Amino acid sequence: MDRKLLGYGALLAFGLAAPFLMYPVLVMKVLCFALFACAFNLLIGYTGLLSFGHACFLGTAGYVAGHSIKVWGFPPELGLITATLAAAGLGWAVGSLAIRRSGIYFAMITLALAQMVYFFFLQTPFTGGEDGLQGVPRGKLLGVIDLTDDYALYYFVLAIFVFAFWLIHRTIHSPFGQILKAIRENEARAISLGYDVAKYKLLAFVLSAGLAGLAGATKTLVFRFATLTDAHWHTSGEVVLMTLVGGMGTVFGPVVGAAIIVTLQNELADKVGSLVTTIMGAIFVLCVLLFRRGIVGEAMALYQRMVGPRP
Amino acid sequence: MNEVFGIPIQAFMGQLMLGLVNGSFYAMLSLGLAVIFGMLNIINFAHGALYMMGAMLAWMGLNYLGLDYWWALLLSPLAVGVLGILIERTMLQWLYQLDHLYGLLLTFGLALVIEGLFLNAYGVSGQPYAIPEVFSGAYNLGFMFLPKYRAWIIVASLTLCFATWFVIERTRRGAYLRAATENPKLTQAFGINVPLMVMLTYGFGVGLAAFAGVLAAPAVQVGPLMGSNLIIVVFAVVVIGGMGSILGSIVTGLGLGLIEGLTKVFYPEASATVVFIIMALVLLVRPAGLFGKER
Repeated sequence: MDRKLLGYGALLAFGLAAPFLMYPVLVMKVLCFALFACAFNLLIGYTGLLSFGHACFLGTAGYVAGHSIKVWGFPPELGLITATLAAAGLGWAVGSLAIRRSGIYFAMITLALAQMVYFFFLQTPFTGGEDGLQGVPRGKLLGVIDLTDDYALYYFVLAIFVFAFWLIHRTIHSPFGQILKAIRENEARAISLGYDVAKYKLLAFVLSAGLAGLAGATKTLVFRFATLTDAHWHTSGEVVLMTLVGGMGTVFGPVVGAAIIVTLQNELADKVGSLVTTIMGAIFVLCVLLFRRGIVGEAMALYQRMVGPRP
Repeated sequence: MNEVFGIPIQAFMGQLMLGLVNGSFYAMLSLGLAVIFGMLNIINFAHGALYMMGAMLAWMGLNYLGLDYWWALLLSPLAVGVLGILIERTMLQWLYQLDHLYGLLLTFGLALVIEGLFLNAYGVSGQPYAIPEVFSGAYNLGFMFLPKYRAWIIVASLTLCFATWFVIERTRRGAYLRAATENPKLTQAFGINVPLMVMLTYGFGVGLAAFAGVLAAPAVQVGPLMGSNLIIVVFAVVVIGGMGSILGSIVTGLGLGLIEGLTKVFYPEASATVVFIIMALVLLVRPAGLFGKER
């Protein structure tokens, strides 16, 4: 147990030192996508639901945060809360439709509904259409801390990430999380044990959507704009890829996956142009064929093979 | 009678016709998805990309090799079908024992690979590679171009759809296929080569998508992105119809195309989303889909 605490401490220390080692905006982008992927992992990894439309929560929250801060003059913290609630509300609507089917249909329904949301954003005037919602001010946190400074913002983003990560961790290890795992492993048995499976699935979906929204709202604050890209199905695919690369159903997998994919995209963007899509697709194919457990999953399996089964 | 609900009858019929054209594409693509899902238990996310590839191959064949439309209609589906067989042999066959979701993820990756390659070679958005004039006129001599081609799309796709239905539901080969869909192990025990059938089914399914792509090439602008948005609508069509029945896929596809066309006449703002709205309604009323059964 002490070793575990030590590990978390080391990670936190790395998180605190990171902006001095790397470009802070890039690290913030990684944190936003890591949170997004963790929220997604809550569904696929712990409930067994593959949502192929998670970008719509990221995008919606991005727009709501941008609009409320820029046009309504909300302070940043209130903007984030509003956006998170909006994403959770949308998650409730999408979730209650999608959980009516399972498996592959669930994926197709979430994809289709997210596409509907995308078209909505494309057509409504407040999003700025193809140009996006630009010039969102970062403002002052609680009226005191000036977030226009990248370092101040970084620690705010880190705090959000740590809080959300803790929340997900608590959820997974709570009785509620155990029931979710039971649903993933054997839905029929969970029903026969008397659990209202639909209710649990919906709650997990809303939670995941809300946290994805928090990631999207934070991203808007970091980059000062919200665009259609965030709501596009490509982004939905990206979060699936991040989670798959890192390891579905592992606590740290999505973080590792997000770090790798975001850095990779950042490095490749200027060099190979639209071949980035092909490279992402190829990673997808390779992961599905060879590394279905992802990096963290494979590492854990290797570790356990070396030290033998857990006592 | 010159008007229908205050809309000039020509505009009305024109949109209805366009809706039927779109519906034929939905029908062909959702039919392919349903046949593939039946045999492989995989939702083929690459369907849209292979549809695009069919159209792009037709365009490339014309521009680089001088192959005309009819050759494209024959060769492009064949080429894509062979590619499909290669994909099935090298990748998909390892996934049959796993969760269905891995098939979706793998084919999603393939869709990205294919789309990215064409994007890299032929440019990004805005459909910069319009069809050359020669292509659109070459095989419609003596006719009024547009209506004739649209009529041809509808006739060709319906013929193909019903031929597929006939082969699967009314012939001995089709009976084997249905048996293998129902219970592959037992079918194999009767001496039928099921893996071969699975391979050919995937090849045929994606060939059908490529055929739709070639059919679409002269009617829409050919470009690397033509498949990806379409496939999401087709997914919604599949959710609405359910993948249980072949005739169901065809009817749902055509019907939704018509509804979309009507929406364009009466409330154009919603024409992009109407299929998704119908999907939501169907999920509320009949979660298994119109022709589906829970599985």
